[in-house]
Amino acid sequence: MIVKVNGENLELEKSLNVTDLLIVAKAEQPEYVTVQLNGEFVEHEDFAKIFVNDGDEIEFLYFMGGGQLG
Amino acid sequence: MDNLTNEQLERYSRHIILEQVGGIGQKKILDAKVLIIGTGGLGAPAAMYLAAAGVGHIGLVDYDTVDLSNLQRQIIHQTKDIGKAKIESGRETINEMNPDVQVHTYSEQVTASNIRDIINDQNYDFIIDGTDNFPAKFLINDACVLLKKAYSHAGIIRFQGQTMTYVPDKSPCYRCVFPTMPPKDAVPTCRQAGVLGVMGGVIGTIQATEALKYVLGVGELLTGYLLTYDALTMTFRKIKIPRNKKCAVCSKNPTITELIDYEQPTCSFGA
Repeated sequence: MIVKVNGENLELEKSLNVTDLLIVAKAEQPEYVTVQLNGEFVEHEDFAKIFVNDGDEIEFLYFMGGGQLG
Repeated sequence: MDNLTNEQLERYSRHIILEQVGGIGQKKILDAKVLIIGTGGLGAPAAMYLAAAGVGHIGLVDYDTVDLSNLQRQIIHQTKDIGKAKIESGRETINEMNPDVQVHTYSEQVTASNIRDIINDQNYDFIIDGTDNFPAKFLINDACVLLKKAYSHAGIIRFQGQTMTYVPDKSPCYRCVFPTMPPKDAVPTCRQAGVLGVMGGVIGTIQATEALKYVLGVGELLTGYLLTYDALTMTFRKIKIPRNKKCAVCSKNPTITELIDYEQPTCSFGA
């Protein structure tokens, strides 16, 4: 099955839950990543319960600081 | 072209010729008030383009002084400014660029107790978050939601950047996307991880663009989207973001109704 992660196709041997997908897709610091599945936010407590399916579009959204002290 | 002087007609002629701006739009820009929190990598280019555009009132918030290591990206400050307060250095650059701009300076760090007063000082129309730390970013978001002010969020690190625009009651806020702050030191700042100097130029200039579009009332703002930029692959992605029905600050039943100061991160990345 193929899912799209941050716009790029990712082939998976089987359906994974979000927790495992974060590892397989090599998300940086997965504990702080916001995840969207087909446009909807997935709550962190649901990461283990929600599985991705063929054709799903997933976005990993990362914290970014930068700029200057204010 | 009421109220525009001959000099202004010439200075802003490339704006005025634009169908979406014209003399009326330029007047809106000259009457606009934009607050820039943090005059660093993001705030410096944003401030300079807004000053060049003729934004009549620009507020600068910063309590830091110019350091040699800032000059690789914070282009509003020059080598001669090392050691000077950033807000003063910023004011001098803007004054030299455009006498139409009045600069208002706030030599302080934004806190729960002063951010309302700073925003209300000139009743700013639009706020640019150019800060580098999450306590400030969450505070600015919550203040803008509670005070019903439009603002631009942005972040840059290494070769990456992100930005989104918030308009009250119309779009998701930063906390819709990131409900809680990462713990201390979990996410590095530019000081800790480095940043290509131009990243602030690209993203800060997008923030300035959003401010001008908001003031002019033209085009489609970056509301309901997170724009991400990867300079290494030269990829821009515009990710659609829904409002979070459980958002602690902008949902119908918010749990955050007052501003509080969040704990400042400490540096353990060998900065």
